[in-house]
Amino acid sequence: MAQAAAVAKPPAPPRRRRASATPRRLPYLLIGPAALLMLGFIAYPVISVFYYSLQEYNPTKPWRNGFAGFDNFVKIFTEDPVFWDTLVFSAKWVFVEVGLQLLFGLALALIVNQTFVGRGIGRAMVFSPWAVSGVLTSAIWVLLYNSQTGVTRYLADMGIGSYGTSWLSDTSTVFSAAVVADLWRGVPFFAILILADLQSVSKDLYEAAEVDGASRLKQFWHITLPHLKDAIILSTLLRAVWEFNNVDLLYTLTGGGPAGETTTLPLYIANTSVDAHDFGYASALTTVAFVILLFCSIVYLRLSKFGGENK
Amino acid sequence: MITKEAPAAAPAPAPVAPAAARPGKKRPAWDEVPRWQIYLPLGIYLVFTLIPFYWILLFALRPTGSTSLVPWPMTTEHFEKVWTDRGFGTYFTNSVYVGLATLVMTTLVALAGGYALARFDFRIKRGFMLALLCSQFVPGALLLVPLFEIFAGLQMINSLGSVIIAETVFQLPLSIILISNFIKNVPYSLEEAAWVDGCGRFRAFRIVVLPLLRPGLIAVGSFAFVHSWNHFLFALMFLNNQSKQTIPVGLNSLMSADSVDLGALAAGGIVAAVPVVIVFAFIQKWLITGFSAGAVKG
Repeated sequence: MAQAAAVAKPPAPPRRRRASATPRRLPYLLIGPAALLMLGFIAYPVISVFYYSLQEYNPTKPWRNGFAGFDNFVKIFTEDPVFWDTLVFSAKWVFVEVGLQLLFGLALALIVNQTFVGRGIGRAMVFSPWAVSGVLTSAIWVLLYNSQTGVTRYLADMGIGSYGTSWLSDTSTVFSAAVVADLWRGVPFFAILILADLQSVSKDLYEAAEVDGASRLKQFWHITLPHLKDAIILSTLLRAVWEFNNVDLLYTLTGGGPAGETTTLPLYIANTSVDAHDFGYASALTTVAFVILLFCSIVYLRLSKFGGENK
Repeated sequence: MITKEAPAAAPAPAPVAPAAARPGKKRPAWDEVPRWQIYLPLGIYLVFTLIPFYWILLFALRPTGSTSLVPWPMTTEHFEKVWTDRGFGTYFTNSVYVGLATLVMTTLVALAGGYALARFDFRIKRGFMLALLCSQFVPGALLLVPLFEIFAGLQMINSLGSVIIAETVFQLPLSIILISNFIKNVPYSLEEAAWVDGCGRFRAFRIVVLPLLRPGLIAVGSFAFVHSWNHFLFALMFLNNQSKQTIPVGLNSLMSADSVDLGALAAGGIVAAVPVVIVFAFIQKWLITGFSAGAVKG
């Protein structure tokens, strides 16, 4: 932009000189710190993950360390049933979480976008879980799900659920319990993103539609939804990646249990590296996770035809 | 408005006025939704949102062994225990330190990078933007091992610096995109005018652009603070020494203890939530505008 401006207005030497004191180097100087940090702490680790994935690498068994070729990958796909279980659970988790968050988040955003008495405080309250961390969410829901003193006990009094067992330690309830806990925090976040975009819908469109006698449902379908399309596509994708990658909540809420019932692929990777110190195998798993994530993202963007119209 | 006019006119057309007023009032479609369709779902959702908060307050405030559903009589025993015995006083200080350092670093580095993206064309610009976008897909949790090795190499294990750097790096991509969008919204001609008036580029930026960026900077800075305050895995991995731990790790240790002390857990949760809630209350009004100014539209 600066260059364009400078080229367009050559007969203004004083301004040009001042405006571009060090025009060539300045942008590089400015992005320098960010670029260096990202090269050192994202790009380099990513490359080393690929490198480790071809190694046998376990600090507790140094005598076995060394180049392993594709052994780790062969092991993943042929003799590791846990990998497939975690993959299936990851897909289920992301699909259910993001789907419900989109649904409830959209509804919530539409509601608090209306003008009504107490909107400010209402917004603040329904959005408040946004600020709560994964670990804190876990802490709160551990209290709620406690079999002796939790809300679940009072629900059992009303005939919902049963006494004695925590919803988090029962294989039949743990999935729903974890989903609800994550929804509590995830819906407000989604709603904020959608609300931000809702604010930019031109109100003239609605007025015109009103004059033409379009019902509210039709207005939503033909005005609101098309306008939100790009925001929904992008936030759904980001959210899906985030839900897939995030381990804070499940790590602290269920620890992946009971019986590995709630172990996502990233959680399995974290356990493999942190607890089992099997860095080579964990790196191979990470590589596979990368590829899956990349593939799903590309397919999703293609299917939704995103980026076609707005360069 | 119409109701004001009605008494001024003859009382006779009064019954006509409401009938005429209704379609007039109904005109804006976004205002037309029946009240119960707003308050009923919102109320239900509020119950779902607030019960967990109430529950944690209840456990934090009522004495051990009480089963009352009202936190009365109130006690501070859980807070005292968590703050001193469980080390939350130390964790709190560490978290504040990490949060503020991450905030400052993220904002400064992203401000420089965002300015470059918004105001210059340079050769690697597209590549850099692509890298920013791609890095959104890189899971920090999956890079734990190489990151650990890097920080071990830098002798930074057990120093808060490791966590600050890691948090900053993973906050940067989104922050740069956000800030550059904010800067793009400030007309370039304003800056150029300042140059004509004799300002250097830096001075022009400081005097003209920076004040206009305040909402954006607040949004970006508070995101950085909240994220680093909440994030768990980096601190768990890079800080082995208990005196260096942060609040989320402290909370996790309360949860994974052999017999969970629910009162302490609740009190610890509230200690963890308070700063974030305060930040949140302050930035609430900037948050929505901050997002709509460009978060999703990069």
